[in-house]
Amino acid sequence: MAQKVLMKGNEAIAEAAISCGCRHYFGYPITPQTEVAAYMAKRMPKIGGTFLQAESEIAAVNMVIGASAAGIRVMTSSSSPGISLKSEGISYMAGCDLPALIVNVQRGGPGLGGIQPSQSDYFQATRGGGHGDYHLIVLAPASVQEMAQLTVQGFDLADKYRMPVMLLADGTMGQMMEPVELAESTAEKVEKPWALTGTGMKRPHNIVNSLSLTPDELESWNGERYKRYAVIEKEETRYEEYLCDDADIIVVGFGIAARVAKNAVDAARAAGIKAGMFRPITLWPFPKEALHKRAATAKEFISVELSMGQMIEDVELAIRCERPVSLCSRVGGMIPSPAEVLASIKAAAARTGGNA
Amino acid sequence: MEKIIERPHALIDVPTHYCPGCGHGIIHRLVAEAIDSLGIEGKTVGVASVGCSVFAYNYFNVDMVQAAHGRAPAVATGVKRANPDNIVFTYQGDGDLAAIGTAETVHSAARGENITVIFVNNAIYGMTGGQMAPTSLPGQVTQTSPYGRDVNTVGYPVKVCEMLAQLDGPAYLERVAINNVKNINAAKRAIKKAFTYQTEKKGFSLIEVVSTCPTNWGMTPEKAMKWAEENMLPYYPLGVYKDKYAEEK
Repeated sequence: MAQKVLMKGNEAIAEAAISCGCRHYFGYPITPQTEVAAYMAKRMPKIGGTFLQAESEIAAVNMVIGASAAGIRVMTSSSSPGISLKSEGISYMAGCDLPALIVNVQRGGPGLGGIQPSQSDYFQATRGGGHGDYHLIVLAPASVQEMAQLTVQGFDLADKYRMPVMLLADGTMGQMMEPVELAESTAEKVEKPWALTGTGMKRPHNIVNSLSLTPDELESWNGERYKRYAVIEKEETRYEEYLCDDADIIVVGFGIAARVAKNAVDAARAAGIKAGMFRPITLWPFPKEALHKRAATAKEFISVELSMGQMIEDVELAIRCERPVSLCSRVGGMIPSPAEVLASIKAAAARTGGNA
Repeated sequence: MEKIIERPHALIDVPTHYCPGCGHGIIHRLVAEAIDSLGIEGKTVGVASVGCSVFAYNYFNVDMVQAAHGRAPAVATGVKRANPDNIVFTYQGDGDLAAIGTAETVHSAARGENITVIFVNNAIYGMTGGQMAPTSLPGQVTQTSPYGRDVNTVGYPVKVCEMLAQLDGPAYLERVAINNVKNINAAKRAIKKAFTYQTEKKGFSLIEVVSTCPTNWGMTPEKAMKWAEENMLPYYPLGVYKDKYAEEK
């Protein structure tokens, strides 16, 4: 059993990345994720790694592309406006089938927005963010422990499926301190025969590229990628359920919203309402099947978000609109309180004829 | 019969997509000759950019990555930092390097990144059909400067070597041309020297090659060479703009 240490979420990401073999970090300062860069700046030189502060988010993500193309584990981190700048590079990474971990410690938007926690980059993350047909695997941690754990899993998934993975956190997750146990990656090392290491005059040259001016070829590249996405949807969907079996009202939330929701569910149960919580851990692939199953017994769903209502669309799609879904949200850096979520649960219970 | 000249090993034997008379053919060859003569083909990684030379990845017999528009020096930085023993070069045109990629160019130079940048300046965007480039000359007619480049409204061309020479970071900056045999030989020496510096871990080098675009300039290849000589070379003087290690030679 590894020792438990008290860490900030952002630092847990950095240390977890190092623990699973990431020795290259490229980034650019932006609140509220800068601790990742600061931690890397301190640690990397001492372990023979590379920390490089790029001239922009755009340059940073392209350095990630270069290092990933060279076959090594590499990451970058940023916050909302910075992720918008990285989106061009992320699209290229998807198009070139390059693995990497991209961390978004979200803040309020749009525009320069604020520096307080938010979940309003949900659409951007789960729909790709940049141009073209592609997905990222999107992991949503709800504790400092998960910040570390999902960082390691993120690298493993990226290598396994040869694609970029996003860790979608928020300012609360990045800044909060909790005890964390750092685990090393147990995944098998993935061979990368496609990597650009020089031919050594022993093999034909490797090309990492997203361009094809031949329509049927480009179509087949996209088709191959979506076959991989289908495997991921089947094999890698993750979620947590809490008191859902007999629940009339199911609150759906990820990250910090799920923690608030869990408190509210406990309070609702104490008040005699059969409430439960469903927490997607992978936002893409969204746990559609598992949530749809709950629509057979639950009467109403509530989407708790730090956005104006983005995940709610996936909730509605997942349950195929078979049950009403309402939204409980705060934005701009505000976080819904357990009391606010409880009020939403009570309102739903009143509508469905349960106790209130 | 004795073979007195052959294709460099670092160039793949495939037809190219370049227009007849385009300067890229000569410059590709010079890069490949430098790679051959230094015996570095097996450890070289090239970064193709966006523009006419986007397909460079099909022509060089080395591992290649295709970068987003303007981002080649950042991608090259990542490749080099991952495997510092690889020899890494970018091959970029003027729109890519001196407009959309200005930040990446300046900062990779300022960092003294140990890479080699081959910068092809032909004063026009070729791939998209002949628009005004950051290096188009004052008065030059292009698709997007149909009345000639008006410096009062769109400003002046960017002199990349002169600009980068102000930085402490770069090791070696030289502007060369391919308008005649003498200049081609000088370009060959400069490109080889840039790669040599990288093998010696001397840091960032950029070779600006003044080239031609017969198709989009609307000239025969021969006339294009003459136009470059008469119009571009006075504005973009050839020579070494920086050589940190000149005294060693």
